[in-house]
Amino acid sequence: MATTNTSPDQRAVDSALALPITPKRMGRFNRWDTPWLNRKLLTGAAIVGAILLIGIFGRLFWDTDLAFTASSPLNLPPPGFVNSRGQEGTWAHPLGTENSGRDMLALMIVGAPNSFMVGVVAATVGMTVGVILGFSAGFIGGRLDDFIRLISDVTITIPTLMVLIVIQALLPVIELSTMALLIAAFAWPSPTRLIRSQVLTMRESGYVQMAKLSGTSTFSIMFKEILPNLLPYLAASFIGNATGAILAAVGLETLGLGPQRVPTLGGTIYFAISGAALLRNMWWWWALPTLLLALMFIGLLLINLGLDEVANPRLRQASR
Amino acid sequence: MGRLTLGYFLRRFSIFLVTIWLAATLIWIIPRLAPGDPITAMVGRMIRQAGYVENSDIIIEGWRERFGLNDSLPVQYVRYLGNLVRMDFGYSLAYFPTTVGEIVGRALPWTVGLLLVAVTITFFLGNFLGALLAWRGTPKLVKYLIPVGMIFTSIPSILAAIFLLYIFAFFLDWFPLTGAYKAGMTPSLSIEFITSVIHHGTLPALSVVLVSFGYWALGMRGMMITVEGEDYMHLARAKGLNPLYVLYRYMIRNAILPQVTAFAITLGTLVSGQVLVEYIFAYQGMGNVIFSALRNQDFPVIQGTSFILILMTALAVLIIDLIYPLIDPRISYERS
Amino acid sequence: MTTSWNQPPVLKVRGLKVYYETPKGDVLAVDGVNFDLFKGETLGLVGESGCGKSTAAMGILQLVTPPGRVVDGEVLLEGHNLLGMSEQALRAVRWIKLALIPQGAMNSLNPTMKVSAQIKDAIIAHEGKQANKGIKPRILELLTMVGLPGRVYDLYPHELSGGMKQRVCIAMAIALNPTVIIADESTSALDVVVQRVVAQTMLKVKDALGVSMIMIGHDMGLMAQMVDRIAVMYAGKIVEIAPVKEMFAEPKHPYSQLLIESVPSLKERKPLKITEGITHDPRNPPPGCIFQLRCPFVMDICRVQPPVMRETNEGQLVACHLYPESVDGSLINVADVARNP
Repeated sequence: MATTNTSPDQRAVDSALALPITPKRMGRFNRWDTPWLNRKLLTGAAIVGAILLIGIFGRLFWDTDLAFTASSPLNLPPPGFVNSRGQEGTWAHPLGTENSGRDMLALMIVGAPNSFMVGVVAATVGMTVGVILGFSAGFIGGRLDDFIRLISDVTITIPTLMVLIVIQALLPVIELSTMALLIAAFAWPSPTRLIRSQVLTMRESGYVQMAKLSGTSTFSIMFKEILPNLLPYLAASFIGNATGAILAAVGLETLGLGPQRVPTLGGTIYFAISGAALLRNMWWWWALPTLLLALMFIGLLLINLGLDEVANPRLRQASR
Repeated sequence: MGRLTLGYFLRRFSIFLVTIWLAATLIWIIPRLAPGDPITAMVGRMIRQAGYVENSDIIIEGWRERFGLNDSLPVQYVRYLGNLVRMDFGYSLAYFPTTVGEIVGRALPWTVGLLLVAVTITFFLGNFLGALLAWRGTPKLVKYLIPVGMIFTSIPSILAAIFLLYIFAFFLDWFPLTGAYKAGMTPSLSIEFITSVIHHGTLPALSVVLVSFGYWALGMRGMMITVEGEDYMHLARAKGLNPLYVLYRYMIRNAILPQVTAFAITLGTLVSGQVLVEYIFAYQGMGNVIFSALRNQDFPVIQGTSFILILMTALAVLIIDLIYPLIDPRISYERS
Repeated sequence: MTTSWNQPPVLKVRGLKVYYETPKGDVLAVDGVNFDLFKGETLGLVGESGCGKSTAAMGILQLVTPPGRVVDGEVLLEGHNLLGMSEQALRAVRWIKLALIPQGAMNSLNPTMKVSAQIKDAIIAHEGKQANKGIKPRILELLTMVGLPGRVYDLYPHELSGGMKQRVCIAMAIALNPTVIIADESTSALDVVVQRVVAQTMLKVKDALGVSMIMIGHDMGLMAQMVDRIAVMYAGKIVEIAPVKEMFAEPKHPYSQLLIESVPSLKERKPLKITEGITHDPRNPPPGCIFQLRCPFVMDICRVQPPVMRETNEGQLVACHLYPESVDGSLINVADVARNP
């Protein structure tokens, strides 16, 4: 028997599913049974999408200039609440203001996409490098593989935040893009390792061997046979990477090492902590950016879990 | 049990050395790629923050001299590496003449202690719950309850720290707001002191545990499901073994192996998260040292603490790597 | 040890049905299997991939896992029905009465346990904790019985070759001297030479202990030399059971004929008669005979009425409309209790 590694039940189901499906069934099968339409994935995407929409369309409805220092009254609570000085909130600042006169709603609208951007840029760069290195290591092998594996094994264990703290403490100016690229410099090892191991597995698999025997070029095997099958893994790895990058960015920002010129969610938390927002009970100051970030991370986690189930059908079955 | 071969040891040890060297070099090189030199940048930041610093030119020149920034780059680099090997990080700028080594020496035990407790709880709790999630024998109710506890998973620990601080320290006043023990106490082995340490350490440790145990639970669940499909599980069941024995000796024992590898890989993230938590709770560990050094622009301290944390992480990874062949019998053979 | 035909069978399987749940309906993997296994006998269960033979084995062992489930039937081991037994009661029967030599021995051993520990845990689970002094010689003896050197005792599975792993599995199966051993494609993953040696070891050990054995496989040629009787399975049903000699001399069912004609031989080059795969949807078998779509002799009745098992000669049973008459004109043996012909 060709498939000796699967359990007997699995094999029975496999062989059952390998049977011809009538055209009528086929249509239904394709439309509704795609693993990509998965509840976790959709919920996560909805959460992240909503946060992004607030960032993109929010500026159409709200004056983002209010995110600048001294553009609004100081320390105002949201409407319906009273701050420690007895001031009541107004609808002019529906989420309140902080201690240097910035409007919280404007800060959220401008800050959320900034924090998200860092993640996307760092993950894209890290992913691209990872795909190139992973494929090279897996396909070319030999010395190159040894070298790439060593460097990624080494880099992956370095506590990125510590390195970034030292670097950013020494940089005169930090732009959003600088921070994203610095984070990206540590975001490639995990996609590299993932793709390398997947390529190694797939290289030995039947269909790639068949493609090789039939004289298909290495390049086209890589992109036509292997890459499509890696898609769910790549997507999950991308989201994981973006999560890690945002995590690093938020860490740096809350330590006051973020970009100085644009507001970020982490930067807002930094100011809230240095402004003793907790002790002054200015919950709107620290809680809003914290909640928004927490939501963003929950959304990303759900996407990742969903993608995991797409990539690994066994998990899907078990979660039913 | 497996065995530890010399070849494996040497390979892991050289990875350890390369890690340290690479991190140290990155820390040194990247700031020097930026225009200007680090000292000017630092003083520049000071000026931006303080508004005006007297005699800034003299300060810059003085520091340039002390850091040897007037030497050629290769000379600086070799001297830098030499200092690291001797664990000599120089003096703190803010608390001269205290050395960086002294500052780190005071803070490190707190960080390591808190980290050990938090990470041990996280790893065992997470894997245990993950195993329960995947195991057939787990009661349905438990299977529904565990995911509820995992809502914090993947949220940065610093965010969890802020929430916990607000709810349990500020609002409910069950736990102290800051510090690692009651202010004014002298560290001793008295019951009173230890109680105070536990009382102060609970929320910081909880912040780390809450955000990361779910990660382990999910990973463990995935591994358990994979193991469940293995042929040896069929045979184990056919043998009529006790289900709890099968769970422990066949499923968990095999599923935990990749988790240990994952543990080594994520240690860096854990350390970073912990540092940020310490800063939120003003816990007298490395995180707090780093934060006040950042505020004081005390660069030698920033560099020293970060390097020590990188070193500790690499050391922990090395130790895990060396233990690994003892728990996975297949490893020592792969290399030979 | 010779087979005791005149004693009651040690294992009676009646109307066993195992279905797999799929999004588009149940797959009828095993759909009403009946057979007897006598003391000391080796029964071969033969059929192509996906015919349900391994699933039948799992059904007998009560090891069907979701999405599969045992729907109906009786598995009577020395008179006790295993179906419906509590998990605890089953555990007491397992390995003592009913052992398994698994398929894919490559992955059938726990990679993190030494060979000795994996044999030991089965012994301890059923006999209770005991001193290593007693167990070690016992395990060494088992290893010797299956032709393994004593050093295997302290090795991990990854240090063994495929054939050695399979021998370990055999040693494990006989550790408690079970009544019935099910060997599920136990040699398929090995190369041909090792396959034969391992299969011979299996039979030698079986004869020495006098256990009954169900050997599952797809290789008719190998089976011919190993077993006493052969049961041919197609699409979840047994279509013919006969002693090896009768089966090869005069296969009755068209499917058995195809299988046997396809056994390669040195004397003549034969065209491959058999085409691959079960042709109907196993979720929705056609009315009448399950083999109708591939049968060269298909008749009108085959499309309407499912055939019942009849004993055509002494010991040879076949379910086919080509043989309407039993030896004594009646439906015989297993069919009397079969709920679904």
